[in-house]
Amino acid sequence: MFEFVVGSPINIALILGAVLVTAALLIWVERRVLGFLNERLGPNRVGPFGIAQSLADVGKLITKEDWIPPFADKLPFVVAPAIIPVVMLLSFAVIPLAPGIGIMDLNIGLLWIFAMAGLGAYSAMLGGLASNNKFALLGGLRAAGQMISYEVFMGISILGVVILGDSFNMREIVEAQKDQWFVIPQFIGFIIFVIAGLAETKRWPFDLAEGESEIISGFNTEYSGMKFGLFFVGEYIGMLVLSALIPVLFFGGWYGPFGWDFESYPILSGLFWMSVKTGFWIFFFILVRAALVRPRYDQLMNYGWLVMLPLSLINLLVTGAVVLAQGN
Amino acid sequence: MISALGKQLYIIWSQIVTLWLVFMHMFKKPDTVEYPDVMPYMFPRWRGRIILSRDPDGEERCVACNLCAVACPVDCIALQKTEDENGRWYPEFFRINFSRCIMCGFCEEACPTNAIQLTPDFEMAEYVRQDMVWEKEDLLINGTGKYHDYNFYKIAGKSIGGKGKGEARNELPPIDRRSLLP
Repeated sequence: MFEFVVGSPINIALILGAVLVTAALLIWVERRVLGFLNERLGPNRVGPFGIAQSLADVGKLITKEDWIPPFADKLPFVVAPAIIPVVMLLSFAVIPLAPGIGIMDLNIGLLWIFAMAGLGAYSAMLGGLASNNKFALLGGLRAAGQMISYEVFMGISILGVVILGDSFNMREIVEAQKDQWFVIPQFIGFIIFVIAGLAETKRWPFDLAEGESEIISGFNTEYSGMKFGLFFVGEYIGMLVLSALIPVLFFGGWYGPFGWDFESYPILSGLFWMSVKTGFWIFFFILVRAALVRPRYDQLMNYGWLVMLPLSLINLLVTGAVVLAQGN
Repeated sequence: MISALGKQLYIIWSQIVTLWLVFMHMFKKPDTVEYPDVMPYMFPRWRGRIILSRDPDGEERCVACNLCAVACPVDCIALQKTEDENGRWYPEFFRINFSRCIMCGFCEEACPTNAIQLTPDFEMAEYVRQDMVWEKEDLLINGTGKYHDYNFYKIAGKSIGGKGKGEARNELPPIDRRSLLP
Protein backbone atom coordinates (compact mmCIF):
# COMPACT_ATOMS: atom_id res chain seq x y z
CA MET A 1 0.00 0.00 0.00
CA PHE A 2 1.42 3.34 -1.00
CA GLU A 3 1.86 6.23 1.35
CA PHE A 4 -0.77 8.94 1.75
CA VAL A 5 0.85 12.35 2.09
CA VAL A 6 -1.03 15.57 2.75
CA GLY A 7 -1.19 17.53 -0.49
CA SER A 8 -0.31 14.73 -2.92
CA PRO A 9 -2.17 14.90 -6.27
CA ILE A 10 -4.20 11.77 -5.56
CA ASN A 11 -5.25 13.30 -2.25
CA ILE A 12 -6.33 16.52 -3.93
CA ALA A 13 -8.26 14.73 -6.67
CA LEU A 14 -10.03 12.40 -4.24
CA ILE A 15 -10.99 15.12 -1.77
CA LEU A 16 -12.12 17.56 -4.46
CA GLY A 17 -14.24 14.85 -6.08
CA ALA A 18 -15.67 13.74 -2.74
CA VAL A 19 -16.54 17.28 -1.70
CA LEU A 20 -18.26 18.12 -4.98
CA VAL A 21 -20.20 14.85 -5.04
CA THR A 22 -21.21 15.27 -1.41
CA ALA A 23 -22.30 18.85 -2.00
CA ALA A 24 -24.43 17.71 -4.94
CA LEU A 25 -25.87 14.86 -2.89
CA LEU A 26 -26.65 17.28 -0.07
CA ILE A 27 -29.25 18.96 -2.31
CA TRP A 28 -31.10 15.65 -2.35
CA VAL A 29 -30.30 14.68 1.26
CA GLU A 30 -31.56 17.98 2.61
CA ARG A 31 -34.86 17.83 0.74
CA ARG A 32 -35.38 14.17 1.60
CA VAL A 33 -34.61 14.53 5.32
CA LEU A 34 -36.63 17.72 5.48
CA GLY A 35 -39.48 15.78 3.93
CA PHE A 36 -39.30 13.05 6.55
CA LEU A 37 -39.15 15.64 9.32
CA ASN A 38 -42.31 17.20 7.90
CA GLU A 39 -43.97 13.75 7.57
CA ARG A 40 -43.64 13.94 3.80
CA LEU A 41 -41.57 11.74 1.51
CA GLY A 42 -39.43 14.30 -0.28
CA PRO A 43 -38.05 13.74 -3.79
CA ASN A 44 -38.11 9.98 -4.35
CA ARG A 45 -38.88 9.49 -8.03
CA VAL A 46 -35.58 10.01 -9.91
CA GLY A 47 -33.47 6.89 -9.53
CA PRO A 48 -33.46 4.64 -6.45
CA PHE A 49 -34.78 6.62 -3.46
CA GLY A 50 -34.63 9.71 -5.68
CA ILE A 51 -30.84 9.79 -5.37
CA ALA A 52 -30.47 11.21 -8.89
CA GLN A 53 -32.58 14.24 -7.99
CA SER A 54 -29.43 16.39 -7.87
CA LEU A 55 -28.63 15.41 -11.47
CA ALA A 56 -32.13 16.39 -12.53
CA ASP A 57 -31.79 19.69 -10.66
CA VAL A 58 -28.44 20.46 -12.25
CA GLY A 59 -29.82 19.57 -15.68
CA LYS A 60 -32.69 21.94 -15.10
CA LEU A 61 -30.42 24.75 -13.91
CA ILE A 62 -28.02 24.38 -16.85
CA THR A 63 -30.75 24.35 -19.49
CA LYS A 64 -32.57 27.33 -18.02
CA GLU A 65 -32.19 30.74 -19.61
CA ASP A 66 -29.12 32.44 -18.19
CA TRP A 67 -30.38 36.00 -18.04
CA ILE A 68 -28.46 39.10 -17.05
CA PRO A 69 -30.84 41.97 -16.37
CA PRO A 70 -30.13 45.01 -18.57
CA PHE A 71 -30.07 47.27 -15.52
CA ALA A 72 -27.46 45.16 -13.70
CA ASP A 73 -23.80 45.94 -13.30
CA LYS A 74 -22.48 43.22 -15.60
CA LEU A 75 -19.02 42.34 -14.29
CA PRO A 76 -19.77 42.07 -10.55
CA PHE A 77 -23.06 40.41 -11.40
CA VAL A 78 -21.22 37.60 -13.20
CA VAL A 79 -18.31 37.37 -10.77
CA ALA A 80 -20.36 37.32 -7.54
CA PRO A 81 -21.83 33.80 -7.82
CA ALA A 82 -18.41 32.33 -8.65
CA ILE A 83 -16.86 33.65 -5.44
CA ILE A 84 -18.75 31.60 -2.89
CA PRO A 85 -18.10 28.03 -4.18
CA VAL A 86 -14.44 28.81 -4.86
CA VAL A 87 -13.96 30.31 -1.42
CA MET A 88 -15.76 27.46 0.31
CA LEU A 89 -13.75 24.85 -1.61
CA LEU A 90 -10.55 26.67 -0.65
CA SER A 91 -11.50 26.65 3.00
CA PHE A 92 -12.17 22.92 2.82
CA ALA A 93 -8.54 22.50 1.78
CA VAL A 94 -7.19 22.92 5.31
CA ILE A 95 -9.66 20.57 6.99
CA PRO A 96 -7.87 17.43 8.18
CA LEU A 97 -9.92 14.36 7.33
CA ALA A 98 -7.59 11.66 8.66
CA PRO A 99 -3.88 11.28 9.40
CA GLY A 100 -2.23 11.89 6.02
CA ILE A 101 -5.49 12.83 4.28
CA GLY A 102 -5.93 16.48 3.46
CA ILE A 103 -4.99 19.06 0.86
CA MET A 104 -3.05 21.67 2.82
CA ASP A 105 -1.24 21.43 6.14
CA LEU A 106 -1.11 25.14 6.95
CA ASN A 107 0.26 26.27 10.27
CA ILE A 108 -2.39 29.02 10.19
CA GLY A 109 -5.23 26.72 9.12
CA LEU A 110 -7.88 28.34 11.30
CA LEU A 111 -6.96 31.83 10.15
CA TRP A 112 -7.15 30.61 6.57
CA ILE A 113 -10.71 29.43 7.13
CA PHE A 114 -11.70 32.77 8.61
CA ALA A 115 -10.05 34.65 5.78
CA MET A 116 -12.00 32.57 3.28
CA ALA A 117 -15.27 32.94 5.17
CA GLY A 118 -14.68 36.70 5.22
CA LEU A 119 -14.24 36.71 1.46
CA GLY A 120 -17.46 34.68 1.16
CA ALA A 121 -19.39 37.71 2.37
CA TYR A 122 -18.41 39.48 -0.85
CA SER A 123 -20.40 36.99 -2.87
CA ALA A 124 -23.75 37.91 -1.38
CA MET A 125 -22.78 41.56 -1.06
CA LEU A 126 -21.66 42.01 -4.67
CA GLY A 127 -24.55 39.94 -5.96
CA GLY A 128 -27.03 42.12 -4.09
CA LEU A 129 -25.41 45.38 -5.11
CA ALA A 130 -24.83 44.51 -8.75
CA SER A 131 -28.41 43.35 -9.29
CA ASN A 132 -29.58 46.97 -9.02
CA ASN A 133 -32.83 45.81 -7.47
CA LYS A 134 -34.34 46.98 -4.20
CA PHE A 135 -34.92 43.52 -2.76
CA ALA A 136 -31.50 42.32 -3.85
CA LEU A 137 -29.95 45.40 -2.28
CA LEU A 138 -31.77 44.72 1.00
CA GLY A 139 -30.61 41.11 0.88
CA GLY A 140 -27.03 42.08 0.14
CA LEU A 141 -27.12 44.62 2.96
CA ARG A 142 -28.44 42.05 5.39
CA ALA A 143 -25.90 39.46 4.25
CA ALA A 144 -23.03 41.90 4.69
CA GLY A 145 -24.11 43.06 8.14
CA GLN A 146 -24.90 39.56 9.35
CA MET A 147 -21.76 37.88 8.08
CA ILE A 148 -19.38 40.60 9.22
CA SER A 149 -20.82 40.89 12.72
CA TYR A 150 -21.15 37.16 13.31
CA GLU A 151 -17.63 36.56 12.08
CA VAL A 152 -16.30 38.68 14.94
CA PHE A 153 -17.33 36.38 17.74
CA MET A 154 -17.08 33.27 15.60
CA GLY A 155 -13.37 34.07 15.66
CA ILE A 156 -13.33 34.88 19.36
CA SER A 157 -15.23 31.70 20.27
CA ILE A 158 -12.56 29.66 18.52
CA LEU A 159 -9.68 31.27 20.40
CA GLY A 160 -10.42 29.10 23.44
CA VAL A 161 -9.75 26.05 21.29
CA VAL A 162 -6.59 27.66 19.99
CA ILE A 163 -5.40 28.26 23.57
CA LEU A 164 -6.12 24.66 24.58
CA GLY A 165 -4.66 23.18 21.40
CA ASP A 166 -1.75 25.62 21.52
CA SER A 167 -1.78 25.97 17.73
CA PHE A 168 -3.61 27.41 14.72
CA ASN A 169 -2.78 24.23 12.82
CA MET A 170 -5.88 22.08 12.46
CA ARG A 171 -3.95 18.81 12.64
CA GLU A 172 -2.30 19.81 15.89
CA ILE A 173 -5.68 20.88 17.29
CA VAL A 174 -7.07 17.44 16.44
CA GLU A 175 -4.08 15.66 17.92
CA ALA A 176 -4.46 17.68 21.13
CA GLN A 177 -7.96 16.16 21.48
CA LYS A 178 -6.77 12.54 21.60
CA ASP A 179 -7.57 12.21 25.29
CA GLN A 180 -10.35 14.78 25.78
CA TRP A 181 -12.57 16.43 23.22
CA PHE A 182 -12.58 20.22 23.44
CA VAL A 183 -16.38 20.27 23.62
CA ILE A 184 -16.15 19.58 27.35
CA PRO A 185 -13.86 22.44 28.46
CA GLN A 186 -15.12 24.73 25.68
CA PHE A 187 -18.86 24.09 25.82
CA ILE A 188 -19.86 27.77 25.66
CA GLY A 189 -17.41 28.36 22.84
CA PHE A 190 -18.92 25.39 21.03
CA ILE A 191 -22.48 26.71 21.32
CA ILE A 192 -21.41 30.17 20.13
CA PHE A 193 -19.46 28.66 17.26
CA VAL A 194 -22.43 26.59 16.06
CA ILE A 195 -24.78 29.60 16.14
CA ALA A 196 -22.26 31.89 14.48
CA GLY A 197 -21.51 29.20 11.91
CA LEU A 198 -25.18 28.96 11.03
CA ALA A 199 -25.28 32.71 10.54
CA GLU A 200 -22.03 32.65 8.60
CA THR A 201 -23.28 30.12 6.05
CA LYS A 202 -26.62 32.00 5.84
CA ARG A 203 -28.46 28.81 6.74
CA TRP A 204 -31.79 28.62 8.47
CA PRO A 205 -32.83 30.08 10.85
CA PHE A 206 -30.42 32.91 9.93
CA ASP A 207 -31.35 33.08 6.25
CA LEU A 208 -32.33 36.72 6.50
CA ALA A 209 -30.21 37.53 3.47
CA GLU A 210 -32.61 35.40 1.42
CA GLY A 211 -35.73 35.62 3.55
CA GLU A 212 -38.25 34.36 0.99
CA SER A 213 -41.25 35.62 2.92
CA GLU A 214 -39.85 39.15 3.24
CA ILE A 215 -37.60 40.06 0.32
CA ILE A 216 -38.44 37.51 -2.43
CA SER A 217 -35.08 35.77 -2.57
CA GLY A 218 -32.80 38.46 -1.24
CA PHE A 219 -29.44 38.93 -2.86
CA ASN A 220 -30.05 36.28 -5.55
CA THR A 221 -33.43 37.60 -6.68
CA GLU A 222 -32.18 38.52 -10.16
CA TYR A 223 -30.16 35.35 -10.69
CA SER A 224 -31.26 32.48 -12.89
CA GLY A 225 -29.82 29.32 -14.36
CA MET A 226 -26.40 28.12 -13.33
CA LYS A 227 -25.50 31.46 -11.71
CA PHE A 228 -28.18 30.79 -9.13
CA GLY A 229 -26.93 27.21 -9.04
CA LEU A 230 -23.48 28.40 -8.02
CA PHE A 231 -24.92 30.30 -5.06
CA PHE A 232 -26.83 27.15 -4.21
CA VAL A 233 -23.82 24.83 -4.45
CA GLY A 234 -21.69 27.34 -2.56
CA GLU A 235 -24.16 27.27 0.29
CA TYR A 236 -24.05 23.48 0.42
CA ILE A 237 -20.24 23.36 0.32
CA GLY A 238 -20.29 25.93 3.12
CA MET A 239 -22.60 23.68 5.10
CA LEU A 240 -20.19 20.80 4.49
CA VAL A 241 -17.21 22.89 5.60
CA LEU A 242 -19.01 23.94 8.76
CA SER A 243 -20.14 20.38 9.49
CA ALA A 244 -16.55 19.17 9.11
CA LEU A 245 -15.12 22.09 11.08
CA ILE A 246 -17.20 21.48 14.21
CA PRO A 247 -15.88 17.90 14.70
CA VAL A 248 -12.34 19.02 13.98
CA LEU A 249 -12.42 21.82 16.53
CA PHE A 250 -14.65 20.37 19.23
CA PHE A 251 -15.31 16.65 18.71
CA GLY A 252 -11.88 15.17 18.30
CA GLY A 253 -11.68 15.15 14.50
CA TRP A 254 -10.60 11.72 13.36
CA TYR A 255 -10.46 10.21 16.87
CA GLY A 256 -13.40 8.04 17.81
CA PRO A 257 -15.21 8.46 21.12
CA PHE A 258 -13.96 6.48 24.18
CA GLY A 259 -10.81 5.56 22.26
CA TRP A 260 -12.71 3.40 19.75
CA ASP A 261 -10.04 3.62 17.06
CA PHE A 262 -8.84 0.89 14.75
CA GLU A 263 -5.17 1.35 15.51
CA SER A 264 -3.96 -0.81 12.64
CA TYR A 265 -5.82 1.22 9.97
CA PRO A 266 -5.49 4.85 11.13
CA ILE A 267 -6.61 6.33 7.78
CA LEU A 268 -9.74 4.18 7.46
CA SER A 269 -10.64 4.74 11.09
CA GLY A 270 -10.09 8.49 10.75
CA LEU A 271 -12.18 8.77 7.60
CA PHE A 272 -14.95 6.70 9.20
CA TRP A 273 -15.18 8.84 12.32
CA MET A 274 -14.91 12.08 10.35
CA SER A 275 -17.75 10.99 8.04
CA VAL A 276 -19.93 9.93 10.97
CA LYS A 277 -19.39 13.20 12.82
CA THR A 278 -19.80 15.34 9.70
CA GLY A 279 -22.97 13.46 8.80
CA PHE A 280 -24.34 14.03 12.29
CA TRP A 281 -23.80 17.78 12.03
CA ILE A 282 -25.28 17.93 8.54
CA PHE A 283 -28.35 16.20 9.92
CA PHE A 284 -28.42 18.63 12.83
CA PHE A 285 -28.39 21.63 10.49
CA ILE A 286 -31.24 20.16 8.46
CA LEU A 287 -33.15 19.57 11.70
CA VAL A 288 -32.56 23.18 12.72
CA ARG A 289 -33.87 24.29 9.36
CA ALA A 290 -37.03 22.22 9.85
CA ALA A 291 -37.64 23.29 13.44
CA LEU A 292 -36.62 26.85 14.19
CA VAL A 293 -38.12 30.12 12.96
CA ARG A 294 -36.31 33.08 11.46
CA PRO A 295 -35.61 35.97 13.87
CA ARG A 296 -36.19 39.61 12.97
CA TYR A 297 -33.14 41.43 11.68
CA ASP A 298 -32.81 43.70 14.72
CA GLN A 299 -33.17 40.67 16.99
CA LEU A 300 -30.36 38.97 15.10
CA MET A 301 -28.08 41.99 15.45
CA ASN A 302 -28.97 42.65 19.10
CA TYR A 303 -28.44 39.01 19.95
CA GLY A 304 -25.11 38.99 18.20
CA TRP A 305 -23.59 42.12 19.67
CA LEU A 306 -25.22 42.19 23.11
CA VAL A 307 -25.26 38.50 24.06
CA MET A 308 -22.89 36.46 21.92
CA LEU A 309 -19.97 38.89 21.87
CA PRO A 310 -19.79 39.37 25.69
CA LEU A 311 -20.29 35.63 26.21
CA SER A 312 -17.48 34.74 23.84
CA LEU A 313 -15.17 37.32 25.43
CA ILE A 314 -15.92 35.94 28.91
CA ASN A 315 -15.30 32.45 27.61
CA LEU A 316 -11.96 33.53 26.16
CA LEU A 317 -10.90 35.28 29.38
CA VAL A 318 -11.87 32.37 31.62
CA THR A 319 -10.14 29.84 29.36
CA GLY A 320 -6.98 31.93 29.25
CA ALA A 321 -7.00 32.42 33.02
CA VAL A 322 -7.48 28.70 33.71
CA VAL A 323 -4.74 27.70 31.29
CA LEU A 324 -2.38 30.27 32.82
CA ALA A 325 -3.20 29.06 36.32
CA GLN A 326 -2.62 25.43 35.37
CA GLY A 327 0.59 26.29 33.52
CA ASN A 328 2.38 27.31 36.70
CA MET B 1 -32.43 40.61 36.51
CA ILE B 2 -33.13 37.10 37.75
CA SER B 3 -36.52 36.96 36.03
CA ALA B 4 -35.01 38.28 32.78
CA LEU B 5 -32.35 35.58 32.95
CA GLY B 6 -35.04 33.01 33.67
CA LYS B 7 -36.97 34.18 30.62
CA GLN B 8 -33.90 33.81 28.43
CA LEU B 9 -33.28 30.32 29.79
CA TYR B 10 -36.90 29.46 29.12
CA ILE B 11 -36.55 30.68 25.53
CA ILE B 12 -33.47 28.51 25.05
CA TRP B 13 -35.25 25.55 26.61
CA SER B 14 -38.23 26.01 24.30
CA GLN B 15 -35.89 25.98 21.27
CA ILE B 16 -34.41 22.67 22.46
CA VAL B 17 -37.89 21.22 22.99
CA THR B 18 -38.83 22.36 19.47
CA LEU B 19 -35.81 20.60 18.02
CA TRP B 20 -36.67 17.42 19.91
CA LEU B 21 -40.33 17.43 18.89
CA VAL B 22 -39.51 18.00 15.24
CA PHE B 23 -36.88 15.27 15.41
CA MET B 24 -39.47 12.80 16.71
CA HIS B 25 -41.54 13.44 13.58
CA MET B 26 -38.78 11.65 11.67
CA PHE B 27 -40.15 8.34 12.94
CA LYS B 28 -43.79 8.94 12.09
CA LYS B 29 -45.41 7.53 9.00
CA PRO B 30 -45.44 10.07 6.16
CA ASP B 31 -48.86 11.32 5.18
CA THR B 32 -48.02 11.40 1.49
CA VAL B 33 -50.16 9.33 -0.88
CA GLU B 34 -48.04 8.58 -3.94
CA TYR B 35 -50.84 9.40 -6.31
CA PRO B 36 -50.06 7.93 -9.74
CA ASP B 37 -48.92 4.69 -8.09
CA VAL B 38 -51.54 4.61 -5.34
CA MET B 39 -55.02 5.88 -6.10
CA PRO B 40 -56.36 7.95 -3.21
CA TYR B 41 -59.86 7.16 -1.96
CA MET B 42 -62.23 9.64 -3.59
CA PHE B 43 -65.36 10.40 -1.61
CA PRO B 44 -68.66 9.83 -3.45
CA ARG B 45 -69.67 13.44 -3.05
CA TRP B 46 -66.35 14.75 -4.42
CA ARG B 47 -67.01 17.47 -6.97
CA GLY B 48 -65.20 16.25 -10.07
CA ARG B 49 -66.11 15.55 -13.69
CA ILE B 50 -69.71 16.50 -14.57
CA ILE B 51 -72.07 13.90 -16.04
CA LEU B 52 -75.65 13.85 -17.28
CA SER B 53 -77.59 10.93 -15.81
CA ARG B 54 -80.59 8.95 -17.07
CA ASP B 55 -83.75 8.01 -15.18
CA PRO B 56 -84.40 4.36 -14.21
CA ASP B 57 -86.20 3.78 -17.53
CA GLY B 58 -83.10 4.80 -19.44
CA GLU B 59 -84.43 8.13 -20.70
CA GLU B 60 -82.54 11.39 -20.35
CA ARG B 61 -83.29 13.16 -17.11
CA CYS B 62 -82.37 16.61 -18.38
CA VAL B 63 -85.42 18.71 -19.25
CA ALA B 64 -83.38 21.59 -20.69
CA CYS B 65 -84.66 24.09 -18.15
CA ASN B 66 -81.39 26.10 -18.37
CA LEU B 67 -81.15 26.53 -14.58
CA CYS B 68 -77.66 25.02 -14.54
CA ALA B 69 -76.48 27.42 -17.24
CA VAL B 70 -77.92 30.32 -15.24
CA ALA B 71 -76.37 29.15 -11.97
CA CYS B 72 -72.95 28.58 -13.51
CA PRO B 73 -70.64 31.37 -12.26
CA VAL B 74 -68.22 30.97 -15.17
CA ASP B 75 -70.77 30.43 -17.95
CA CYS B 76 -69.28 27.16 -19.05
CA ILE B 77 -72.61 25.39 -19.79
CA ALA B 78 -74.48 25.89 -23.04
CA LEU B 79 -77.64 24.03 -24.11
CA GLN B 80 -80.66 24.30 -26.37
CA LYS B 81 -84.10 22.92 -25.56
CA THR B 82 -86.07 20.77 -27.93
CA GLU B 83 -89.08 18.46 -27.64
CA ASP B 84 -89.70 14.89 -28.79
CA GLU B 85 -92.93 13.46 -30.22
CA ASN B 86 -94.14 12.45 -26.74
CA GLY B 87 -93.90 15.98 -25.44
CA ARG B 88 -90.82 15.30 -23.32
CA TRP B 89 -88.35 18.14 -23.20
CA TYR B 90 -84.70 17.36 -23.74
CA PRO B 91 -81.57 19.28 -24.72
CA GLU B 92 -80.79 19.38 -28.41
CA PHE B 93 -77.20 19.96 -27.53
CA PHE B 94 -75.56 20.18 -24.14
CA ARG B 95 -72.03 21.51 -24.03
CA ILE B 96 -69.72 21.95 -21.02
CA ASN B 97 -66.45 23.74 -21.49
CA PHE B 98 -64.26 22.04 -18.88
CA SER B 99 -61.42 24.46 -19.46
CA ARG B 100 -63.63 27.06 -17.80
CA CYS B 101 -65.45 24.85 -15.30
CA ILE B 102 -64.38 25.41 -11.70
CA MET B 103 -66.17 22.34 -10.28
CA CYS B 104 -68.22 24.47 -7.90
CA GLY B 105 -71.25 22.18 -8.07
CA PHE B 106 -73.77 25.01 -8.39
CA CYS B 107 -75.25 23.34 -11.48
CA GLU B 108 -75.89 20.17 -9.49
CA GLU B 109 -77.61 22.17 -6.77
CA ALA B 110 -79.69 24.10 -9.28
CA CYS B 111 -80.83 21.05 -11.25
CA PRO B 112 -84.53 20.29 -10.52
CA THR B 113 -84.39 16.79 -12.01
CA ASN B 114 -81.07 15.44 -10.60
CA ALA B 115 -79.85 15.18 -14.18
CA ILE B 116 -76.53 16.99 -13.89
CA GLN B 117 -74.24 15.46 -11.27
CA LEU B 118 -70.60 15.74 -10.26
CA THR B 119 -68.53 12.56 -9.95
CA PRO B 120 -65.31 11.67 -8.08
CA ASP B 121 -63.32 11.48 -11.33
CA PHE B 122 -60.75 14.26 -11.65
CA GLU B 123 -58.26 12.98 -14.26
CA MET B 124 -59.36 15.18 -17.14
CA ALA B 125 -56.09 16.57 -18.53
CA GLU B 126 -55.93 16.95 -22.32
CA TYR B 127 -53.19 17.96 -24.74
CA VAL B 128 -55.50 19.97 -27.01
CA ARG B 129 -57.57 22.71 -25.47
CA GLN B 130 -60.50 22.01 -27.79
CA ASP B 131 -60.76 18.50 -26.29
CA MET B 132 -61.82 20.08 -23.03
CA VAL B 133 -65.20 20.95 -24.55
CA TRP B 134 -67.52 18.01 -23.89
CA GLU B 135 -70.70 17.46 -25.88
CA LYS B 136 -73.87 15.72 -24.76
CA GLU B 137 -72.80 12.28 -25.98
CA ASP B 138 -69.60 12.61 -23.91
CA LEU B 139 -71.45 13.74 -20.82
CA LEU B 140 -74.40 11.35 -20.90
CA ILE B 141 -73.97 8.14 -18.89
CA ASN B 142 -76.14 5.03 -18.97
CA GLY B 143 -76.86 4.89 -15.25
CA THR B 144 -78.78 6.93 -12.73
CA GLY B 145 -75.82 8.45 -10.90
CA LYS B 146 -76.29 9.14 -7.22
CA TYR B 147 -80.13 8.99 -7.19
CA HIS B 148 -81.32 5.56 -8.20
CA ASP B 149 -85.11 5.75 -8.37
CA TYR B 150 -85.82 9.35 -9.20
CA ASN B 151 -87.84 9.81 -12.35
CA PHE B 152 -89.01 13.35 -13.02
CA TYR B 153 -91.93 12.58 -15.33
CA LYS B 154 -93.25 9.93 -12.91
CA ILE B 155 -93.48 12.58 -10.20
CA ALA B 156 -94.29 15.79 -12.04
CA GLY B 157 -97.84 16.54 -13.10
CA LYS B 158 -96.95 17.29 -16.70
CA SER B 159 -98.68 15.04 -19.19
CA ILE B 160 -96.55 13.42 -21.83
CA GLY B 161 -97.16 10.67 -24.34
CA GLY B 162 -97.94 7.45 -22.44
CA LYS B 163 -98.73 9.27 -19.19
CA GLY B 164 -101.75 11.48 -18.85
CA LYS B 165 -102.82 13.93 -16.16
CA GLY B 166 -103.23 12.37 -12.74
CA GLU B 167 -101.18 9.28 -13.47
CA ALA B 168 -98.03 10.41 -11.71
CA ARG B 169 -96.88 8.90 -8.42
CA ASN B 170 -98.90 10.17 -5.39
CA GLU B 171 -101.23 12.06 -7.70
CA LEU B 172 -105.03 11.93 -7.80
CA PRO B 173 -106.91 11.95 -11.11
CA PRO B 174 -107.88 15.47 -12.20
CA ILE B 175 -111.16 16.78 -10.85
CA ASP B 176 -113.99 17.48 -13.28
CA ARG B 177 -114.67 21.07 -12.41
CA ARG B 178 -118.17 20.91 -13.86
CA SER B 179 -119.18 18.17 -11.40
CA LEU B 180 -118.21 20.30 -8.45
CA LEU B 181 -121.67 21.82 -8.21
CA PRO B 182 -123.11 22.31 -4.78
